Amino acid sequence: MAARRKSGSGKSAPTRRVTRKAAPGGAGSYEKRVQATDTETRRQIDQTAERVHQTIRKRGRPDLRLPVRALSNVSYSNEQGYLEIGRQMKVRTLSVNTVKNFAQTLRMMALSKELIQNSDFATKREAYYISKNWEECKFDEQVESDTVMDDIEALFSVHQVAREQLRFYPEEHGGSVSGPLVVVDRDSTGRVSRIDCTAFGSGAYSVPSSVEGLDFETTAAFVLLIETGGMFQRLQSHRFWERANCILVEMGGVPTRSVRRFVRRLADEHGLPVYAFVDCDPYGIANIYRTIKVGSGSAAHINRFFCVPSARFLGVTPQDIVEYELPTHPLKDVDVKRARDALKNDPFFQRHKPWRQALEQLVGMGVRAEQQALAKWGLNYVIDEYLPRKLQHPGRFLP
Amino acid sequence: MPDQEKFVFASPAPGGGAGRPRRRAPARAGGRRPRERKRGRKPAPGAAEPVAHDPAPAPEGGGGRRSSAVELARRQRDISVSEFFAKNRHLLGFDNPSKALLTTVKEGVDNALDACEEAGILPDVRVEIAQLDETRFRIAIEDNGPGIVRAQVPKIFGRLLYGSKFHRLRQSRGQQGIGISAAGMYGLITTGKPIVITTRTGAKKPAHHFELVIDTQKNEPRVKRDDVVEWNRAHGTRVEIELEGNYRGGQHSVDAYIRQISLANPHAQITYVPPKAEEYGAEHAFPRVARTLPPETAEIKPHPYGVELGVLMQMFRDSRSRNLRGCLTGDFSRVSPRIADEICTRAKVSASRRPSETTREEAERVHRAIQATKIMAPPTDCIAPIGEELIERALRAEVEADFFAASTRRPTVYRGNPFLVEVGLSYGGKLSAEESITLYRYANRVPLQYQQGACAITKAVNSTDWKAYGLQQPKGALPIGPMLLMVHVASVWVPFTSESKEAIAHYPEIVKELRLALQDCGRKVSAHIRRRRREAEEAKKRGYIEKYIPHLAIALQEILGFDEREKERTIETLTDVLERSRKM
Repeated sequence: MAARRKSGSGKSAPTRRVTRKAAPGGAGSYEKRVQATDTETRRQIDQTAERVHQTIRKRGRPDLRLPVRALSNVSYSNEQGYLEIGRQMKVRTLSVNTVKNFAQTLRMMALSKELIQNSDFATKREAYYISKNWEECKFDEQVESDTVMDDIEALFSVHQVAREQLRFYPEEHGGSVSGPLVVVDRDSTGRVSRIDCTAFGSGAYSVPSSVEGLDFETTAAFVLLIETGGMFQRLQSHRFWERANCILVEMGGVPTRSVRRFVRRLADEHGLPVYAFVDCDPYGIANIYRTIKVGSGSAAHINRFFCVPSARFLGVTPQDIVEYELPTHPLKDVDVKRARDALKNDPFFQRHKPWRQALEQLVGMGVRAEQQALAKWGLNYVIDEYLPRKLQHPGRFLP
Repeated sequence: MPDQEKFVFASPAPGGGAGRPRRRAPARAGGRRPRERKRGRKPAPGAAEPVAHDPAPAPEGGGGRRSSAVELARRQRDISVSEFFAKNRHLLGFDNPSKALLTTVKEGVDNALDACEEAGILPDVRVEIAQLDETRFRIAIEDNGPGIVRAQVPKIFGRLLYGSKFHRLRQSRGQQGIGISAAGMYGLITTGKPIVITTRTGAKKPAHHFELVIDTQKNEPRVKRDDVVEWNRAHGTRVEIELEGNYRGGQHSVDAYIRQISLANPHAQITYVPPKAEEYGAEHAFPRVARTLPPETAEIKPHPYGVELGVLMQMFRDSRSRNLRGCLTGDFSRVSPRIADEICTRAKVSASRRPSETTREEAERVHRAIQATKIMAPPTDCIAPIGEELIERALRAEVEADFFAASTRRPTVYRGNPFLVEVGLSYGGKLSAEESITLYRYANRVPLQYQQGACAITKAVNSTDWKAYGLQQPKGALPIGPMLLMVHVASVWVPFTSESKEAIAHYPEIVKELRLALQDCGRKVSAHIRRRRREAEEAKKRGYIEKYIPHLAIALQEILGFDEREKERTIETLTDVLERSRKM
């Protein structure tokens, strides 16, 4: 299952990524696209270093300007459809107090540049271990190196450069995918693989850590995002993707960056509508769906690449609990707190009245229901009744 | 000569000779003997009253034996002082061999310091402890005091008595109140060896050498030797006692006592020769850091607020005034005739009533009326502090630390007794940073080495928020850090929690004053601690620059690919830039 693009690169010699094999069409050729982002990333690193160096030569104190990554600097833009980072900048001037962080940030950038040059990558954990060669400059804990990575990402986010472009990959990779989709992938030797996501039997295609190099071919009508592995299994093994002509994506809780980016590219490049099918509780709505739809508040600087503003909420809605007489569990205090917090503080929910009503209804009922509660009506009720009925009226989905 | 009142004798034992066999009669403990008036010197006011009364109670106050006065009288004669002593060792500070050693040294040093101060001589005290075998020690305490006239020596050292300071309201050391004679007695009981005294009253006078034993049956001195000897001191006294003891280290040790007493008596020069000094060649000198004697403190009359009913009744009985008004104004401080009348009116007792004729009920009414009457606080000039300057100098001389502070509060009053609190503090240096602080407690310049947990001083230290001053502190316990605290409570009457007189009672007024003094010192040390931290922080930051700038240059070199020379130049420039930015 050579699905993961990067899986072999650790063993292979650090050859240049530049491959002579022609890439099939997509939104711009693969080669150009990768080259363009790598060039841009390197340019950003070089420019930053150059600016710092020149300031030092002029006997000044260099600084780095980062967008403030706090909720106070995040707003919801209805036009863009995602949580947007504001204009507030934090200027980190080199001083006795910041010198360690400054040195670490620059060494991390140097590492990133080296990775790009070698067409390689480092997981966040690997980058942490590489820093152990940096003597006093090393990171004691991985959270420290992660923070510095996020800083660099934020620094470059203005220029469309995300952490994956810096060649720092998360440990976890994405969820599972199945349906009428062919993923065109290349490993680091440049060999092209065409992966047919209908050909996994009872298994599924697994989204790699970085999805920028992928191309897609699809005939699907929409993408269905599923919260739990159990529900995905049922829909997958009963070939629901065939019946509904859709791509099934299992998120496994709050989706990873790569899943979000994967879905975003499908939506953008192939114009596919995206529907979310999650549990009916404040976590499913205010965390999972909110994150896929408009991004997260804490990583607002990357939301513009990583969220799917076109996503709609298929279910399970609070109204479904009533209409389908679903078995429920009482809401816990944390659930109620989360829902109230969303109503009070979340700009996305504040903006959409149907959501406010739905959340009020949920809190009013004081119960929650899981996707799999539909099994009350029969194991395949969800396939035979619930989803088809729902999909007849996509316009009624919650925004 | 040592404070004689400490050794007051109830009987007029002829100087030097063995007196008649007599029951001993403590001067203060209730035995008022007519003969006492014959003594040349009159002790405290409450004592000189020849009121006819039933015979003095037995020394240990055996309440159950009162059945027959005749029998009682006979048995009293039969009581052996050694038996009494053995039964009451713990009251007198001879609970165990280690404490016996310490108490003997304490009594000797207290006497020496008192004698020198009363004579206006800067004390020069030498303490020698020689270990003769496993459990036997010879203690010698020598001072440069006025010496003792020959005739007085047996009286002072040869009889066992209670202290006489119970009713004397004056700031003085002798709160232990048992006297050196008790130590001599202890030595005699445990070793059979006499107490050896050498004394000289002036350069032109001969030095006398005595060997005394106490007749333990009769409580009389017996002179074994009385010679004139050569002595290199112009004046002074040397006392030697051999006893069973145990020499140990730790906070209850003689070593700790000597160190602590020298801190509280900066005007004294103390030389200490511990056991086995020959072996280690150790003779510890605690030099004098001040050349001024502490001011002589005045004796004051009791303030009405601090007088208990029983004491009040006794004062009425003993009063020489013909009427209550006179008694109240004459025998108490701060009672004017007007106040006396007010008290009497309130108590519904005639102001012209003869005090000795008042009934218990009347006295009780007067006692209650006193508490209800507004009376001016007693004079506080009777309290002499060590003083902030001297405390600090003493600490500097004795403690290896970085920072010193002291705080002396103004005298104030608890229950009619004037008192004063002062605190000295040392911080840093060689003091251990990992353990609880060292706390030295003093009452009237005497170190309190036992019962730390029960003492108001400890309570005040524990309940002060030292975290606010930059020290660690477990909840309700002594703070942790390189700190030594000396806390001194001076009063005409230090309230101890118990007879052993090792812990000060928790009077709210005293705890409050203690806390204020501690807080004052705490604020001073906190400024110091903060400054130290800042300095450490500075040093750390300087280290930061040296550490991380090369890495910054390496990173720039890796990205931009410049040469080694440019790298070095970058490091140099950046170091310079940062050093300058730091100073601004």
